[in-house]
Amino acid sequence: MIALPSAPAPAPRRQLLVGVGLACAAAAAATGGLLALFLQFRERAMAAEGAWLPDGIKVPMVPANVMLIALLPICVFAQWAVYAAVRGDKAHTGTALGLTGMLGLAVINAQAMIWKVMAVPAAQGSYSVLFYATTGLVTLLAIIGVVFSVVTALRFLGGRTAEREVVVAHALYWYAFSFVFAMLWFVVYVTK
Amino acid sequence: MTTIDPHAVPASSQGAFVASVAGWVTTTDHKRLGRLHLAVAALVAVAALAVSALLSFERIDSASVSLELGGLTQMFSFARFGLTYLVMLPLVVGLGLAIVPLQLGARSLAFPRLAATGFWMWLIGGVLAIVSIAANGGPNGGNARFVDLFSLSAGLVILGLLASLGCLAASIMTTRAPGLNMRRLPFFSWSVLVLALGSVVALPIAAADLLVVFLAHKYPSLSELSGNRAVGEWVGFAFTQPVTLLFAVPVLGLLGDVVGTATRTRLTPRGPILLAVGLAGLGVLSAAIQTPVVLTSGFSALSASDKVSELLPFLLVQVLPLLGTFLAVALVAGGLRTKPKVSAALVFALLGALEVLAGAAAGVLNHVGDAGLVGTTFEEGTWILLVGGVLLGAMGGVAHWAPKWWGRRISDKAALPLALLTFVGVELAAVPMWIAGFADQPGAVFPAVEAGPSVVEFSYSGPAELWNTLSTAGLALMLVSVLAFVLLAARSAVKGDTTGDDPWDGLTLEWATTSPAPSDNFAALHAVRSAEPLLDLKPSTRSDA
Repeated sequence: MIALPSAPAPAPRRQLLVGVGLACAAAAAATGGLLALFLQFRERAMAAEGAWLPDGIKVPMVPANVMLIALLPICVFAQWAVYAAVRGDKAHTGTALGLTGMLGLAVINAQAMIWKVMAVPAAQGSYSVLFYATTGLVTLLAIIGVVFSVVTALRFLGGRTAEREVVVAHALYWYAFSFVFAMLWFVVYVTK
Repeated sequence: MTTIDPHAVPASSQGAFVASVAGWVTTTDHKRLGRLHLAVAALVAVAALAVSALLSFERIDSASVSLELGGLTQMFSFARFGLTYLVMLPLVVGLGLAIVPLQLGARSLAFPRLAATGFWMWLIGGVLAIVSIAANGGPNGGNARFVDLFSLSAGLVILGLLASLGCLAASIMTTRAPGLNMRRLPFFSWSVLVLALGSVVALPIAAADLLVVFLAHKYPSLSELSGNRAVGEWVGFAFTQPVTLLFAVPVLGLLGDVVGTATRTRLTPRGPILLAVGLAGLGVLSAAIQTPVVLTSGFSALSASDKVSELLPFLLVQVLPLLGTFLAVALVAGGLRTKPKVSAALVFALLGALEVLAGAAAGVLNHVGDAGLVGTTFEEGTWILLVGGVLLGAMGGVAHWAPKWWGRRISDKAALPLALLTFVGVELAAVPMWIAGFADQPGAVFPAVEAGPSVVEFSYSGPAELWNTLSTAGLALMLVSVLAFVLLAARSAVKGDTTGDDPWDGLTLEWATTSPAPSDNFAALHAVRSAEPLLDLKPSTRSDA
């Protein structure tokens, strides 16, 4: 065996943060791909039939806007958790993570309400397929985010306060989610 | 974390067998995961090449087709899907998993349990996809339930590969040995990073499209998305160039490492080589726009502004990856001016890279509308070249790194003829398809599907029999050589000559540990001061000393 000079243990390189960053990039690519299809089919439908939304379908803008607005406090709370975690403040970190998860649940609830109010039949044409595919994927991402918040909070409150990288990665996830949802909000709910 | 004590001695041979199987099934060791990918992909390669040869045989005489259309269609789906996502990509992923952490001087892969999950997702998805295809449920299939199952299982295959590639990217970015910065990365590790980052963009888009296809097929309501042809139409970009060129990028990295080892020199200019390999991965942009970028027919008649708007995306998506591939091969091959020590790995890697370069060039030509090659067998020939390039590269990688996995080497004398045989097979399979493509032979095996459920007709003006016979022979030759290499590798793992820790006088960190490498790779962390850390310790062998 060749004897290379041995090295001291390297400084931590934020493996979890990089992993979450890659996952966020993949999620953004998947959502972007779906939204591109949504726009393509909308353009075709408008050119062929002059209409895209199925008859009788109206988009409830109030819950859609509330979801977007909720992303601001989600990001603030996620960053608050990072701020508190860096200072080893368990109580504030737990509170911030809990609030982040609660607002994540609120986003999921608002999406469920939109599905119920719109009541788009699954076999209604390209709109219904792409509507459910895009909103379903983003809702799945929100569910993953809430689970991430709960797991992060439990780890931190359980005494693993030195693992601040998890809290930072958690914040990165919600920032990325906010970006992805903002894309969806503009394409699916605003420009419809 | 559950651990398995490798030193535990079971009471009986049966117990030893069960313990061994359990060890492999529950493993999170990157070397084992990589070998599992390689082994399964090799088995699927044999099956898919056999089916491809059979399909090609059916084309020889279109007047007397022995299989009915549905069967032919599903065989075509199996060959295309199988060779791309169950062979081509898994081979490079397996090679990456098995060797990249060793090249990085790392003790393990990042997120090893995620990588293990990725392997099982890929395997289960692959089995379900094959079952779906066998039940007439693949793309263009007639069994609605199994078409749905195929969409979901293909998505599972893609997610599994994505998980493994994510682990590789995270490893390369975070677990490098002290001093091993990005510029000093071994060429193979760099090329795997290019593949992994490209795939993080490309594969989720393909998976999302599969979700749409599944929903549209499950709830049929629109003509454009529903129906069993939607997979090919909406996810087709993921099965063709230049996305498949992205999957072949690690062959270029392998060539860099093998040439450096064979010549015992520091390959220069290092920066441009890394840049060229990165450029070769730009085919990922094709996935981002989800459609082939074709230079429109009648290009010369277009206005100046239209020419510019046509040319820019074409240059970016098609020409730049070719330029990168060419520069990477040319710059690395420049290292061969120093007389190399010829090994089977060198020949495999060189021939594989040449196939990839030819595939990249043909891919560009295929997308020039005025050439009239879109939809012909030319595209199929190009795809075969890239598949062949990856097969050659994977065989070269196994020949090169086998000592690190099982402590024994594959005989150069036995492997070298297989390299040449595979190369000849790939050329024979691909070039006649190019010629037939210029003569307008349609690319699919089911061109006359509208004419009736059991009619297969080829509208073709050239000597179809000759080209299709040659292509069949080429595919059969590829099948034989892959099978022979698998047997040779298996034999060498059991009875091959044992080797020292550094049998090739290597330059990179994987040769600084024992052969075979222990489960935690390195007894101590190493400090790295150059891109070829082992060459720093071997001044007597340095040609540039």
